[in-house]
Amino acid sequence: MSSRREWLLAETPGSRMQARLGQAYLRWLSFRENPLALAGLGLVLLLVAIAVLAPWLSPHSPLEQDLARRLLPPGSGSLLGTDELGRDISSRILYGARTTLVIVALVIVLVAPVGLAVGTVAGYAGGFVDGALMRVTDVFLAFPRLILALAFVSAIGPGLINAIVAIACTAWPPYARIARAETLTIKNSEFIAAARLQGASPLRIIWSHVVPLCTSSLVVRVTLDMAGIILTAAGLGFLGLGAQPPLPEWGAMISSGRKFVLDQWWVATMPGIAIFVVSLGFNLLGDGLRDVLDPKQT
Amino acid sequence: MSSRSGLPAQAAVHAFSAFGIVAQTAATFAGLLLITFLIGRVLPIDPVLAAVGERASADVYEKVRVELGLNLPLHVQFWNYAVKVLHGDLGRSVLTANPVLTDIRRVFPATLELATLGTLIGVLLGVPIGVVAAARRGGFIDRVARVFALFGYSVPIFWLGLMGLLLFYARLGWVLGPGRIDVAYDEVVAPLTGALLVDSALRGEWEVFRNALGHIVLPAAVLGWLSLAYISRMTRSFLLAELGEEYVTTARVKGLSEWRVIVRHALRNALVPLVTVIALSYATLLEGSVLTETVFAWPGLGMYITNSLLSADMNAVLGGTLVVGCVFIGLNLLSDLVYRLVDPRVR
Repeated sequence: MSSRREWLLAETPGSRMQARLGQAYLRWLSFRENPLALAGLGLVLLLVAIAVLAPWLSPHSPLEQDLARRLLPPGSGSLLGTDELGRDISSRILYGARTTLVIVALVIVLVAPVGLAVGTVAGYAGGFVDGALMRVTDVFLAFPRLILALAFVSAIGPGLINAIVAIACTAWPPYARIARAETLTIKNSEFIAAARLQGASPLRIIWSHVVPLCTSSLVVRVTLDMAGIILTAAGLGFLGLGAQPPLPEWGAMISSGRKFVLDQWWVATMPGIAIFVVSLGFNLLGDGLRDVLDPKQT
Repeated sequence: MSSRSGLPAQAAVHAFSAFGIVAQTAATFAGLLLITFLIGRVLPIDPVLAAVGERASADVYEKVRVELGLNLPLHVQFWNYAVKVLHGDLGRSVLTANPVLTDIRRVFPATLELATLGTLIGVLLGVPIGVVAAARRGGFIDRVARVFALFGYSVPIFWLGLMGLLLFYARLGWVLGPGRIDVAYDEVVAPLTGALLVDSALRGEWEVFRNALGHIVLPAAVLGWLSLAYISRMTRSFLLAELGEEYVTTARVKGLSEWRVIVRHALRNALVPLVTVIALSYATLLEGSVLTETVFAWPGLGMYITNSLLSADMNAVLGGTLVVGCVFIGLNLLSDLVYRLVDPRVR
């Protein structure tokens, strides 16, 4: 055990791999110091675990209706009660973790590369390209996110995938801004000049020298953004523009529970708690990561 | 110092940078127009078919298509659209049969009233909390404020509104329910500013005022929490940055009391970037109103947009989007200009 620790913390790492692992280990050590960040990590891992294990954890099917057992309060044969169609709320929340995870994962897959590409190219190229790309970014940034997503969804029609596309369309500009700022600080360094003198093409420099250095601040931003993405997606679901029934989605569940919130409070309350806990988890994790990866910011 | 030596040059630079901001704003506005235009074009609904009905002959269809200008090249269509918008013509709402702009004029004051009260709550509580949190860093209030802010960031606002209604309206009866005012008081006060609280107070109708207050207090508090979370954290971090500066050390060495150092010296400088934050949070609340208004049946712009959305009334949706976008751009411009006005270093 201690020899592994020594290997990780070696002053003169023998290989690039060892150096990287050692760096990661040091970061983990300082991350571990922060109990709130650890709690956030725990919540996010819990979300992933629940999403993967939903079929085994759920006591009932999330879609199975039983009108004889509709609107039962928590505890009466079903853990968190049943909704207006007699479906088990706890099962729907567990399966809803899948929907949430899919939304978050797809938005990031769509958004991070676009933001990274726009930002690094603009920052590295400078001049007219920079000006043009940043104007486009500004237009999207100047726009209220939820409203823009609403307008997109209204044009392409409601649905889970369309909601994801709409959120992605509104979420990329901050990443472009961050990537550009990082690129500007890197681009005049000597190692970039050295790479250029060796005849590396601009695209090669961006891809293999600039992009890797942008990732850590991007990771922080992505994690902090996750909560916002989840809340926007839930908001779209609540308005009936996101995931469509009978798919279990937390925002849509709140919306359907809204009609009886005064009498059967649990139908709307439970999924809201789920959204809250998950976005709290991402916020805590993001805060912790920022302290570790991006000390300048704090 | 340089402002005394080179006044004309300074003024020229100043005017140029102000011009730059205005030009940038105009470009952003053009982009906004382009986006709403394109969204209107990619619609799966055929506007011609919607106008003539399914049984119209090909001749009629073609005639209407030409009338609507849909046979023109795309850039000409965009130009026509931009000219129309700049003349205040946002089209006609299918749902209400009114011009969209008339509708928006009717509903916007309600949203403005709500967002303003929310921001007031956020500023009046958030700035002092942020100051205390920075002054007693790591102390009890700092930690409580941090958790409070984290919760504010993480909670789905529409759910918070529902829970608030459940607890404070249905169970405790501390506030009045959804809507802006009881039906009995509806249109008792002739509108002056459009904000019910202000109008009823100005006219001395205190009964109406109390009723309106009972209705607005919960949605405003929900929005206020969001704004409070943001403003208190930002105040804290700006103030901490200022407290690390040398002039603060000087002030302390002179023997000023800690509160005087914070309030008279550091806070004054921290207020400059705070202006931007407050403008931004105001804009966010206007957006947050889309969800809050739905929950509280608040007859504002947010509910107008959602209702139009659900009945596929695209003119109304795009018009509403355009108006909110313009308010965003306007607030950005305003905070930028104020920033320049207050902070001599930016000039």
